[in-house]
Amino acid sequence: MLLLNYSQPLELSGIIESVDTFLRTNMSPGWATFVEGVIVCVAILALYCIIALALIYIERKITAFFQARLGPNRLGPYGVIQSIADMVKILIKEIIHINRSDKFLFYAAPFFVIVSSFLAFGVIPFGIDLQAIDFNIGVFFYTAASSIGIIGVLLAGWSSNNKYSMLGAMRSGAQFVSYELSAGFALMTIVVLSGTMQFSELVEGQRYCWNLFNGHISSIIAFIIFMISGHAETNRGPFDLPEAESELTAGYHTEYSGLTFGFFYLAEYLNMFIYCSIATTVFLGGWMPIQIPGLDALNEVMWYIPSYVWFFGKTGLLIFLSLWVRWSFPRLRIDHLLNLEWKYLLPINLVNLLVMVVIVLTDTSLAGLFPSLLATN
Amino acid sequence: MDVKDIKIKSFPAEEFKDNDSLQEYINELNKNGTNVIVGKLDQMVNWGRANSLWPLAFATSCCGIEFMSAAAAHYDLARFGMEVTRNSPRQADVMVVAGTIVNKMTPLLRRVYDQMAEPKYVVAMGGCAISGGPFVNSYNVVNGADKILPVDIYIPGCPPRPESLFYGLLQLQRQVKAEGFFEKKHIVRDYIPETLIDPNTGDSIDPEIQGPEK
Amino acid sequence: MKDIKEVILDAVSNAVIEEKQKLTVTVEPKQLHSLLEALYNNPELPFDYLISLIGMDWGDKLGVIYLLSSTKDLSKEIVVITATADRENPLLYSVTDLYGTAHLNEREIYALYGIRFINNPDMRRFLLRDDWNGFPFRKDYDENPDLNPITVVSQEIEDEIPRIIENEKGELVEETVHVFEDDDYIINIGPQHPSTHGVMHFRTALEGEIVKKVDVISGYIHRGIEKLCENMTYPQILHFTDRLDYMSANINRHALCMCVEKAAEIEIPERAEYIRVIMDELQRISSHLLAWSSQCNDLGATTAFIYGIREREHVLDIFDKTCGGRLIVNQNVVGGVMFDIYPDFQKDVKAFIPYMRKSLIQYDKFFTHNAIALGRMVNVGILPIEDAISYGVTGPAGRASGLSCDVRLHKPYSLYNKVEFKEVIRTKGDSYARYQNRLDEIEQSLHIIEQLIDNIPEGPIVAKVKPVLKLPEGQYFQSVEAGKGEFGVFIESHGDKNPYRVKFRSPSMAAVSVMPLICKGEKLSDLIGISGSMDFVIPDIDR
Repeated sequence: MLLLNYSQPLELSGIIESVDTFLRTNMSPGWATFVEGVIVCVAILALYCIIALALIYIERKITAFFQARLGPNRLGPYGVIQSIADMVKILIKEIIHINRSDKFLFYAAPFFVIVSSFLAFGVIPFGIDLQAIDFNIGVFFYTAASSIGIIGVLLAGWSSNNKYSMLGAMRSGAQFVSYELSAGFALMTIVVLSGTMQFSELVEGQRYCWNLFNGHISSIIAFIIFMISGHAETNRGPFDLPEAESELTAGYHTEYSGLTFGFFYLAEYLNMFIYCSIATTVFLGGWMPIQIPGLDALNEVMWYIPSYVWFFGKTGLLIFLSLWVRWSFPRLRIDHLLNLEWKYLLPINLVNLLVMVVIVLTDTSLAGLFPSLLATN
Repeated sequence: MDVKDIKIKSFPAEEFKDNDSLQEYINELNKNGTNVIVGKLDQMVNWGRANSLWPLAFATSCCGIEFMSAAAAHYDLARFGMEVTRNSPRQADVMVVAGTIVNKMTPLLRRVYDQMAEPKYVVAMGGCAISGGPFVNSYNVVNGADKILPVDIYIPGCPPRPESLFYGLLQLQRQVKAEGFFEKKHIVRDYIPETLIDPNTGDSIDPEIQGPEK
Repeated sequence: MKDIKEVILDAVSNAVIEEKQKLTVTVEPKQLHSLLEALYNNPELPFDYLISLIGMDWGDKLGVIYLLSSTKDLSKEIVVITATADRENPLLYSVTDLYGTAHLNEREIYALYGIRFINNPDMRRFLLRDDWNGFPFRKDYDENPDLNPITVVSQEIEDEIPRIIENEKGELVEETVHVFEDDDYIINIGPQHPSTHGVMHFRTALEGEIVKKVDVISGYIHRGIEKLCENMTYPQILHFTDRLDYMSANINRHALCMCVEKAAEIEIPERAEYIRVIMDELQRISSHLLAWSSQCNDLGATTAFIYGIREREHVLDIFDKTCGGRLIVNQNVVGGVMFDIYPDFQKDVKAFIPYMRKSLIQYDKFFTHNAIALGRMVNVGILPIEDAISYGVTGPAGRASGLSCDVRLHKPYSLYNKVEFKEVIRTKGDSYARYQNRLDEIEQSLHIIEQLIDNIPEGPIVAKVKPVLKLPEGQYFQSVEAGKGEFGVFIESHGDKNPYRVKFRSPSMAAVSVMPLICKGEKLSDLIGISGSMDFVIPDIDR
């Protein structure tokens, strides 16, 4: 432990541990757990907001970069607090009550969306010990929690009493259900490979060899499919049909204003972050620094960079990729979109899963081929 | 409060050509004095509001193209945090009326305005939206968007250059900063156009707009 | 032309044939349809292209002027005039069965002049509200604003179509039919919509995502420009043309100037001609660039949109330096141009040409061969050549269907018979062909500019024009190739300093009138994509 502290001076495990010890020495175990729960909740909420605001700013800046523009640059240096101004504005904006709409569902819808993304956000391992709860079925939980969001979208479209919203929601429903399959299968491929659904074990298992490479071509296919379906699930271009601006004005959230719209807006950005971070954890070794077997000195140096920096770095790279795709491609049409899923991605995915099973059974993954070099245990 | 107290980054108050009308507006707002604490809170909120004016382009003709130019690479509306053009009126803060408003369009213009969430602003861009412009004598043209909406900023030109649009939007930012959200300082909010008043009875007509419930 | 006269007299023996600026035939309303049918079916030179349909009020009579041409030889034109003395209930025969483009034009004439057309399947008013009082283009129209007050009260859109049909027995039957069926799922695309290129209103019946029927409603920017022109002198009406199709502002104005100059027999200095043509071609490039950008934007590629506008700014900078205008270029006047070119003009234009060529290659890499873009454009919104002719779709859209309709080539004006360029024709007629046509035409425009830019002669830029310009009595036509297609100007002068009637032939109107046809059966997303590829400008339609 001492050695770990010494070699990883910037990690937060020490602080977390001392808080834990402090609480447990001063309170009864029940209270300590309760207080810890509250602290974790608040911390995650805060992180959620901060990441969302940062992402909004980053997206606008990167978009501007792709479009040969400057982007927000007047609030703070390089406009970094632009999204805070937006947040203040959205907070005080009037929430319009729509006549002839289903009031209860109308107001419930944004909560479904935000709660679902919040739940999924909770299981992400941000770094060593930086995970709210480490389920043994983490991957499964993520898949389950993130699917709740679609209920919110469907409700929003249905309860708004607006035809554009309705069309947007229906498109979204079809799209989400289809691509959830692919995303699930892609994750399952890796679960087969690594033999676990627990995020901490997934990360640990990728110490010397990322899952992206471990299963040869099969993993890479799974990665690409996961990125595509992640894109589609979060309604980002070129799959932004549900809110296709040039067709449906604003899709399912056309009738939402003020904070209710803010929820959709935040959730959209956060969902992008969440699927990128899951891809990082599952395919790119999560918070694990780059480790090359044999080069102990280098590995030691790598550990000096704290794990959360690795995590955010890798996730940031994926987000950049995703934005690149978003701002380069035109929008797909609904039938093309479904064709892509049902005629191409899903069959490929199923075959891919079989191939992965064969790889694991014959022990021909990279780690299986070179156990002395790459195997972690 | 003085016009000079309203700061716009790298654009001192002296460089604005029109300070007088804003000063008048401020004086009228502050007739009844200011609450210091709420005033401070308002300043913070105003900072947010002024720097996050998401436009809705109600573009009917030529001015709409100049609005597009202003949003694109050469001029870049994004610098002011205004590139988030919301096509749904519910989510927009400022409606840019760009182009001629004709008789057939008036119910729709008013309807879009009524669909916007408070606090909302209207910018009349170009001669047509201000007064009818070159078509002022036509049988079908409304002589200015302010016949049906409360307009906050007028941007002359036919069409105004993107620079003029920016100038107008900066003036709007100053106006926003002068107002008070919590102190409910905002004038011309209860604007009912003449056409909404029944000429026979004098009552206001309910145009059956799906708007805020009063 | 002799045989044409024979054809006319064979069909209608008592037709009055005059040789004016164009061959003019006057017939009784009853004979009109048989005459046009004969001309349409004329085997040697079928007059199958209705350029323009002009409503007229001659005081004692209300009438319509048909300007016909043949797609076999666009330089052959015939003017057919018919009129009725009944001002209370004027009825004329529709030619919708021959020319698809007549449909919307006849509805427009009904709204503006109150002439109803027998056998037109849809006799709603086109540009004005359904409850409009009076017919504004009639000379005795009461302009009292109380008759048609401005209101903000929302108006229901009528679903009923009134029409007059002649049955087999030759009786006129007035009837009403419905636009949509009762259980149609209708969404309104427009008038305030991010991608209708203005304020077009498509009422669209959907079956799932598939477009079942499109009902075009226009007039949300009808400013009555043609009526305004009647009270102004010729130099005063010039600026209106800029505000029709603002993307081709300079070209439109060129047409009006030429029309007035031809009528008043004014010779233009050669230097002015050069400046006009170069500016026209620059304007065409800017128009096509914006069309490209907004088409990409309609397909969801926002970045492409921004790139297009970025290149367009370079053109606008040249305009800006020449005359101070960016979008609206107040450059052409009767007799020449208003401003001379600035000293660095040639240098700037020559720098722009290679820059634009490089950008075109970039566009191709970025968008033209993109798999998603191809999926959205290829075989989508196919416009067959017969329909293109029938609806009078010209410009890049018409040429994408294989219709050779470049006015610069067939009816050369200004300097276009001195320069060499290729007419870009594709035969597929889908969105992709229209898309490619625009990019190729940018290249052709660059080529034209290249030929002219170094040869601008010295000399005056404007001819001497009388301060009060009066055109001799007569009817004058002039067509030019604007960014969107054939833009025409018609002036009827009664010898005053004001025109008696001005009419603009709008290429966008044809493009819109064909939308219900080519969108049927396509997806909702494609409706947006197709309207992007047709590239219409609404103020040009509504005028």
